[in-house]
Amino acid sequence: MFLIECPWCGRRDQGEFSCGGEAHIVRPASPDDLDDESWADYLFNRKNPKGVHLEQWVHIQGCGRWFNAARNTVSNKIVSVYKVGEEPPHPEKRKPVPESGQ
Amino acid sequence: MQRFSALRLLGHGLTGHKHWRQSWRHPEPKREYDVVIVGGGGHGLATAYYLAREHGMTNIAVVEKGWIGGGNTGRNTTIVRSNYLWDEAAHLYEKSLKLWEGLSHELNFNVMFSQRGVMNLAHSLQDVRDAERRANANVLNGIDSEILTPEQIRQKVPLISISPTARYPVLGATFQPRGGVARHDAITWGYARAADALGVDIIQNCEVTGVLKESGHVVGVETTRGVIRARKVGVVAAGHSSVIAQMAGLRLPIESHPLQAFVSEPCKPALDTVVMSNAVHAYISQSDKGEFVVGAGIDGYNGYSQSGGYNVIEGAVAAIVELFPTLSRIRLMRQWGGIVDVAPDACPIIGLTPLKGLYINCGWGTGGFKSTPGSGWVLAHTIAHNRPHELNLPFTLERFSSGALIDEHGAAGVAH
Repeated sequence: MFLIECPWCGRRDQGEFSCGGEAHIVRPASPDDLDDESWADYLFNRKNPKGVHLEQWVHIQGCGRWFNAARNTVSNKIVSVYKVGEEPPHPEKRKPVPESGQ
Repeated sequence: MQRFSALRLLGHGLTGHKHWRQSWRHPEPKREYDVVIVGGGGHGLATAYYLAREHGMTNIAVVEKGWIGGGNTGRNTTIVRSNYLWDEAAHLYEKSLKLWEGLSHELNFNVMFSQRGVMNLAHSLQDVRDAERRANANVLNGIDSEILTPEQIRQKVPLISISPTARYPVLGATFQPRGGVARHDAITWGYARAADALGVDIIQNCEVTGVLKESGHVVGVETTRGVIRARKVGVVAAGHSSVIAQMAGLRLPIESHPLQAFVSEPCKPALDTVVMSNAVHAYISQSDKGEFVVGAGIDGYNGYSQSGGYNVIEGAVAAIVELFPTLSRIRLMRQWGGIVDVAPDACPIIGLTPLKGLYINCGWGTGGFKSTPGSGWVLAHTIAHNRPHELNLPFTLERFSSGALIDEHGAAGVAH
């Protein structure tokens, strides 16, 4: 249970949002040139970090718009929220916060 | 190992139960083992046990960052079944179910496996068609599976509402009589005790902090209790599989999610089977203590917090109350979350990795408990022979590049 700051609607309960998984996955420019392992890596492999995760969210029960968030997957603390197309926060600003709940 | 028997129980009873031996040792880690298993949950301990029992490898350590069975093994809803749709999954889970059936005897430890049946409800015409397809597929694979009509469901489970005007009308169900529930602690302790008796070192409070590699081969692990070298390392770390894989420089098609469950206050016996519904994301059984054990679906975001959102609890509770109106005034007593490792096709990944000496067993997602014995059995075979067993051959990491995924979302996406 945590709150997410929608860039358009402000701070709302996480239950209003739907998570679209890892952000910044770029579709390979020419898939035909890839071998099966590289294509599988793009399709299926995920970072799944224990710490700050850059991920996509949609305010599904609000404005319905997509945005990105940097969230700590242990504490659920949102480090920053930024719009699609914007640069993710600098790694220095994504320093892990103390773990909890473990 | 001091075997349990009625006579021994009587003997110890007469001496005030003061002389029971500890069930497993607490050894200091040795410098080197043949095999190190990372993760002391049911799956890891079962792997060590079968390596020792079936393959004669006894120079084994199981390293666990907390205490054995303190992770997902103690954070599930203890449901056991094997009614999966596809042949590959059905064979794997059926192997596990068969092992469950003889486990108390084999381990000399009562794992309290209660084959009270598992019912999967259908709430729409399409659900009914899917249920019939699955039951027929099960029968073709030699797995017991029946189709129940609403009236048969009501006879088995009088508490359930089969009203046609219900929000989720009950139109039918599949029923696997050999399914049921087992005791989560008992399976951990049973495997730990039996593995220890065969010489396996169970090392608790020992967190893996790094994976040792020499010229592309994995040769051990760094832990909070020092370096432990090993010829082979098996990673059975459930929700933390990606964390260990990252230490080894390996990427996995796994995402970790919180999965919640909860129990009610204890009540008199009222539900003598397991009722699950994929459509409404909830499942329920009654424990021997009388608590209703209810499980929810996963929270939709990646998480390592062992807790989840109230909205997910609310969704599961609302569905259960709709199905069982009489339970509406029962109070919930405890709630918990586990971290489940979800693969894209809702099937486990068991096999070798691109790194020599490193074996992986993960991706069980929401359905790991039932597969504890089978999972350990096939991984033990894979580690001992350096190749997958026929049963886990379809479940190796290679399926993601070959494209031979096994889509079990229908049987595993929600239900345990």
